[in-house]
Amino acid sequence: MTRRSLRWLLPVAALPVLALLAYGFRVNHRDIPSPLVDRPAAPFVLTSYAGEPMSLEAHRGRVVVVNFWASWCVPACYDEAPVLERNWRAYRERGVMVLGVDIQDTPEAARKFIDQFSLTFPNALDPTGKVSIDYGVYGVPETFFIDARGRIRAKHVGAVTDAIFRREVDRLLAERG
Amino acid sequence: MTPELGHGAVIVAGLLAVYGAVAAAVGGRTGRTALLESAQHAALGVFGLVTGALLLLAYAFLTFDFSLRYVATNTNLATPYYYRITAVWGALEGSIVLWAWMLALYTLIVILRHRHNARELYPWVLSVMLGVLAFFLLVMAVPAPPFERLSPVPANGRGLNPLLEDSGMITHPVALYLGFTGFTVPFAFAIAALATGRVGDRWITLTRRWTIVAWYFLSLGLLIGGWWSYHVLGWGGYWAWDPVENAAFMPWLTGTAFLHSVMIQERRRMLKLWNIGLVILTFSLTLFGTFLTRSGVIASVHAFTQGTIGAFFLAFLALVVLASLWLLAWRWEALAAEGELDSVISRESAFLLNNVLLIAATFTVFFGTVFPLLSEAVRGVKVSVGAPFFNQVNVPVFLGLLFLMGVGPLIAWRRASRDNLRRNFFWPVVVGVAAAALFFALGVRSTLAVLSLTLTVFVAATVAVDYVRATRARRRMGEALLPAMGGLLVRHNRRYGGFAIHLGILVIAVGVTGSQAWSVQREATVQRGEAVELAGYRFRFDGLAAREAGNHFFVESTFKVTNGRAVAYELRPGKKFYPQEQSPIAHVDYRLGFIDDLYLVLGDFARDGSQATVKVQVNRMVSWIWIGGLVLTLGTVLAVLPERKKPA
Amino acid sequence: MTRLLLLVFLVVAVPARAQPPATNVEDPRLYEVASQLRCVVCQNLSVADSPSEMAQQMRAIVRERLAAGDSPEQVVQYFVDKYGEWILLAPRRQGFNWLVWSAPLVAVAIGLVVFAVCVRRWTGRRRARVTAAPAAAIDPAMRERIRRELELEGDR
Repeated sequence: MTRRSLRWLLPVAALPVLALLAYGFRVNHRDIPSPLVDRPAAPFVLTSYAGEPMSLEAHRGRVVVVNFWASWCVPACYDEAPVLERNWRAYRERGVMVLGVDIQDTPEAARKFIDQFSLTFPNALDPTGKVSIDYGVYGVPETFFIDARGRIRAKHVGAVTDAIFRREVDRLLAERG
Repeated sequence: MTPELGHGAVIVAGLLAVYGAVAAAVGGRTGRTALLESAQHAALGVFGLVTGALLLLAYAFLTFDFSLRYVATNTNLATPYYYRITAVWGALEGSIVLWAWMLALYTLIVILRHRHNARELYPWVLSVMLGVLAFFLLVMAVPAPPFERLSPVPANGRGLNPLLEDSGMITHPVALYLGFTGFTVPFAFAIAALATGRVGDRWITLTRRWTIVAWYFLSLGLLIGGWWSYHVLGWGGYWAWDPVENAAFMPWLTGTAFLHSVMIQERRRMLKLWNIGLVILTFSLTLFGTFLTRSGVIASVHAFTQGTIGAFFLAFLALVVLASLWLLAWRWEALAAEGELDSVISRESAFLLNNVLLIAATFTVFFGTVFPLLSEAVRGVKVSVGAPFFNQVNVPVFLGLLFLMGVGPLIAWRRASRDNLRRNFFWPVVVGVAAAALFFALGVRSTLAVLSLTLTVFVAATVAVDYVRATRARRRMGEALLPAMGGLLVRHNRRYGGFAIHLGILVIAVGVTGSQAWSVQREATVQRGEAVELAGYRFRFDGLAAREAGNHFFVESTFKVTNGRAVAYELRPGKKFYPQEQSPIAHVDYRLGFIDDLYLVLGDFARDGSQATVKVQVNRMVSWIWIGGLVLTLGTVLAVLPERKKPA
Repeated sequence: MTRLLLLVFLVVAVPARAQPPATNVEDPRLYEVASQLRCVVCQNLSVADSPSEMAQQMRAIVRERLAAGDSPEQVVQYFVDKYGEWILLAPRRQGFNWLVWSAPLVAVAIGLVVFAVCVRRWTGRRRARVTAAPAAAIDPAMRERIRRELELEGDR
């Protein structure tokens, strides 16, 4: 390349930077891949709003769906609550457990939320945030699908839909045999 | 009615701007003054229409016109009137209106100032300014219309983001945008120089004041942003290396480099290519900044993102960068002059090193800001690049710049003789070394703090040496002391304004050093009547109180502060609960001091007021940052004063 | 010259790395860990700085783990295991991340090299031009006066 044509490198050199910025449009900042997938789920014991102990270990052998929510999480948690209740009722006889963990919330607001959607699966407050940090939760709602052997197999960020719930749970149920 | 009127004004203004840009360019090319004049009229029309749009928007806010989506999203019936006015630029669409208005204002001033004194360049300058304006008006017309109708009209609006309900909100965007848009003018002149081939020094001489003023407003905007972060956001810091903060910092860095390297061009007729490149880079970085804030491409606390607007900005950024660099390549020969240097020990050298360091810092900040994106693109792994990285890597560069700030103004042009070096630097070096020993003796153990403070003393000493010597020279010629001191400032206002600006930066540097090295904090949960102790202060928790306050619910705690001496006062940090926000906003309470700032943030609390968690900070030297800003302001005023003719 | 500058730069850069965290705290180990972690609900603030409830809970967990005997590195690793690398406010100095950590050094190095090359070329050119044109004969007293004037002028 002659010295004359080297100068045209300047505009050309800007192109990769612009391309990188354009790539940024495809990135979703809230969608962070979890390192916990395919790792054992951290055990926890909390006290549910019904007054009973709620433990993950107690449900070993079943497919467990752990859902992190909060009453101030508008609108996503409000959108997915009926979905979770509906699917809980459909799958509970088939060896599936749904556990709700409420984070950074007050008991009054949480009870109001539970009553609003007539939730029948156990929900407990995580008072110190330890469980949510153990699961790498960075926002609500987040849902974890745990197989019968206690390993986290999938994490979903954002409101769960019927399709997502069924897809993940059916897959794990089929594995269980 | 208002939505249609406003939207119409925007569209007409946009069309006028496009017409004006084309007419000015054609008029410049062909020499047809009639076209140029009609372009001027178009520019006037644009200014009128954009002013009208801005006023219309403000009016809509003041009268609670919720038929505008923008008004309904950013205010509600409880928002006080002064925040309703500032809400005009509080979110995306309105911020573009403000930007466009400032551009239009600057275009008007350019017309008034330069239509006669920049004959050949002027048409192209006008064309570029109107072209940039046309883009922003396009954004106002298509992806981010401020006058979009909302239907059905709601009874009440959502409300202003509570973090924006603050005096900083009134001034920070205004100052920042005045800085950003201000750099459009030197850029326009540079493009005009490239387009006409008149790449000599005329465009630099004409834009000198524009550059300083734009640089100043950018500095002011950054400082106010720091102040706002400090007293509103509740973390006790003033700079987080957030991507959007970085995006405002980068043009400041290159703008500073440009300010200095043009002095070399003025003196030695060198670096023409470099200077045009620098101003193109600076303007591109301002566009990059507005792109980052509005596109959501990199996660940031500032980002007010929406839809396709990012694509618009990226496209415009690409257009500007590629077209300018193409023009630069085209005029390469005319610009690449034969540089000459007498000696490496010279002011030219110092300024060149200044540029090297500033550009290196800019590159570092840029690369760090986009690295998360790069990492994801290449590895698929998300990483974060935040304060620990930027603080570590930038410190050496900034220390180097501090040093140069002392050397540059005093070292001779061309070749600094040994005599010159001795006369100018002997005492500053001695004083500096003595200061280092003193700091060490006083117990300062942090190497960086000692280094930073020593350099500050060194630079201050160089300023003092120069001022004292020059005053003495005038006194020897018969002038009395005060007139000599004053006369110097007036007669050589560029030089002493520059010194004062440097002193302002020094004061800021001391503030930053002190706050980083000596601030302390502590978090504790206390019962009512219990106290937290920190750095000799006692903070006793005296209880909570709750009240309704306009558009929010306020829980306020009371802390009685004593410090062993007779001083006692109360601080009331609290939490504000806004109905439209999901989580409460911390209301920090603080007491500023010359050395110590006391800073309290309320955490969790028991409903009955019996206990509370509080984070206590004793931040040191932070006030020096704001004082430095004041000195910077005075220096800038001095530097831009019209120059008195030197006596024969 | 360049090497000297680079050396000076490195000398300053080394202590920059070794510095203790900016804000000293009654519990320095807590601050050391918390300032490395990114508050997950804020943007760009560290867990040490953030006033949010989540950060408060995270700080409590850090305190608990340090008290239980974990080293600061272990606590940090615990969070990385749960959240991934992005929880760290500065990327680990390994592999691909060396690109961003070396960027400043490389930038300064390239800048200094360009500076040195330009200075060489420009002083050479000046010397060549000056020696090519013979100096006119000037009276030494006049020369001395010119020199002093130039210096005074050069000081401005």
